[in-house]
Amino acid sequence: MLGLNKRDTRFLLIVIALTLLTPFILQPFPEGSALAQFNAGYPDLMQRIAIFGIFAIGFNILFGLTGYLSFGHAAFLGVGSYSVVWMYKLLDYNVLPGLVLAIITSGLFALAIGYLSLRRSGIYFSILTLAFAQMSFNLAYSVLTPITNGETGLQVYTSDPQYLMSEGEPITPHLFGLVMNESYKLNLGGWVFTFNIGYYFTAVIAILAFYLSLRIFRSPFGLMLRAVKSNQTRLNYTGLNARPYTLAAFVISGMYAGLAGGLLAAMDPLAGAERMQWTESGAVVIMTILGGAGTLMGPVLGAGFIKYLEKIFSKINENVLEGWFSFLPEPLREVVVWIFSRFTGEGWALTLGLMFMLVVIFLPGGLMEGGERIRNLIRRKKNKPGDGASPDGTPAE
Amino acid sequence: MDAILLQILNGLDKGSAYALIALGLTLIFGTLGVVNFAHGALFMIGAFCAVTLQRLLSLSYVTIDETRTDFLGNPLKVKTPYVESWFGPEIGQALIDWSVPLSILFAIPVMVGLGFLIERGLIKHFYKRPHADQILVTFGLAIVLQEIVKFIYGANPIPTPAPEAFSGSFDFGVLIGFEPNAIIYPYWRMIYFVFALIIIGAVFAFLRFTTFGMVVRAGMADRETVGLLGINIDRRFTIMFGVAAAVAGLAGVMYTPINSPNYHMGMDFLVLSFVVVVVGGMGSLPGAVLAGFLLGILESFASMNEVKSIVPGIDQIIIYLVAIVILLTRPRGLMGRKGVMEE
Repeated sequence: MLGLNKRDTRFLLIVIALTLLTPFILQPFPEGSALAQFNAGYPDLMQRIAIFGIFAIGFNILFGLTGYLSFGHAAFLGVGSYSVVWMYKLLDYNVLPGLVLAIITSGLFALAIGYLSLRRSGIYFSILTLAFAQMSFNLAYSVLTPITNGETGLQVYTSDPQYLMSEGEPITPHLFGLVMNESYKLNLGGWVFTFNIGYYFTAVIAILAFYLSLRIFRSPFGLMLRAVKSNQTRLNYTGLNARPYTLAAFVISGMYAGLAGGLLAAMDPLAGAERMQWTESGAVVIMTILGGAGTLMGPVLGAGFIKYLEKIFSKINENVLEGWFSFLPEPLREVVVWIFSRFTGEGWALTLGLMFMLVVIFLPGGLMEGGERIRNLIRRKKNKPGDGASPDGTPAE
Repeated sequence: MDAILLQILNGLDKGSAYALIALGLTLIFGTLGVVNFAHGALFMIGAFCAVTLQRLLSLSYVTIDETRTDFLGNPLKVKTPYVESWFGPEIGQALIDWSVPLSILFAIPVMVGLGFLIERGLIKHFYKRPHADQILVTFGLAIVLQEIVKFIYGANPIPTPAPEAFSGSFDFGVLIGFEPNAIIYPYWRMIYFVFALIIIGAVFAFLRFTTFGMVVRAGMADRETVGLLGINIDRRFTIMFGVAAAVAGLAGVMYTPINSPNYHMGMDFLVLSFVVVVVGGMGSLPGAVLAGFLLGILESFASMNEVKSIVPGIDQIIIYLVAIVILLTRPRGLMGRKGVMEE
């Protein structure tokens, strides 16, 4: 189906099902129960997971396949956001023209930056992309204020022309009248499920983005990119120029980032320069690595994992912890609560940093590798009594 | 003319900080071959060593002075720092006043120890891993260190003043025949520059004129052969990591009066320092120092109003622009050695 073999089709179908059922999956506990704080079926969070999933999928096409570590992808994210908000200002709140423009402008940006940065590799490439991104960030804050509205951030004012705006059109982002932040709540027993138009819009785009990345991974082009990663010198000796391939990968991943940025503005019609800061680039690097660079599912998993934990961890404050450890005797409880509160609430970034370090040290392949290791462990145990014939293993991807 | 001179002077203190951090980065890269993204965090921790010492020295006990009252009519609470009661009010006061320079003594053991810990505990295991992994793990370490500092000291910048004696400014112009008040330069910035020169000189002398330094240089050139000669090069490199950490830390200690330290100052400097290292040439110590001062001065020139009116916004991007041009036209940077990280 769709130019995929059987296994990939099944894989894609699973991903589609997971994405569409996310409002159920992230809401496993009934409302009002003690575990309800682990629910994450909020439209806002789900949408963020999908958006950063797209961002990470795109980043993975560059980093996972070619091994070029870019520290400047946040620039494209920012460009995408600005494009969409500008379309709101000039046309109307329909998100479609903005997203198209976001992909085009970020692609052009990526072409220019990639053309220059890809003349070097390794650490120099990282520094060059970082330099370009920081330049864009600084410019967006200062001289480009007429375009970016500087520190305030770009937003829509009533004085904006909005040429396509007609009577009775929604005044929040929408897709041909489907308002993004409208949602439908389903009460089922104790559970409350929220179905948000914005989430489903993002989810459909995320599925398309995932499908495209799947096709790239399986294509001769993807194979070429892997060749760049494993041995570029050898590739050159066979008479192939790696540059066009890496540049194409860079532009594609830049467009993904632009799309993600545009979707952020579709969620909330604002665009600020802080989206271009290099810490944002660092975030996507962390997501990709944590999930597993070079695998298909890894980046999405990483993005979801981080955004989910971020939300949950930030909610756990000392009061919540007191509740959890109320069974402990007084002095011990205080110590335990104190220790845990260092890592939760405000301390989320510390947990993230530690988690990231542990993954890089012990699990260079990220969560995907972790999953595979566990699976191998189970399989080995199962096979021990038998003749040890290797089961038809499917590599995790 | 005086405006140009003033800009050069203004660029020197920032340039000194860049040069010191870049020197440490290059030292680590040249010896261990590791790209250390946590170096900015070491700079920040150095700065917080100064904050810590200042707080330790100002630890006070409260006595109630019955003879005086505060504005509510309650007996006045008088805080007396312990150092004042131990060494007498004058010496005690001086100790608190001089806490930043004193922090140098405090920071060296702390930073060297921390350097050893990081090298032995973490970086050692990453010699053979790809550069991307080294960048990532040290990036994670930087986040962790930064968050720990944020926990202890909060997110706000903490003012850490220089000693009273250096709080004024120096009329530099008069010295070389300009009108008074044409070129005014704060004393502390001058001290920072001199301090940076001393540290840089010390590091170079250490590498140049001691046996230890000679072995380290030999190891930088060919680690394997030095190892085969029966020299424990790993231990020496670990010590060099400690030295590099101390250099970054001292740069941070002395920088506190110029800019109140906050937990993310390391990250802010890190990005620029990497640019500096790359401009200077990966693995070249003189290159790092030269590029540090050069970029510091260029940055301060770019922030002149005359320049800004010609090219708006140039002050924001000049460093990156220079880095991009240099990287694309001189692949080895200004003074890069042949064969060091050319690809």
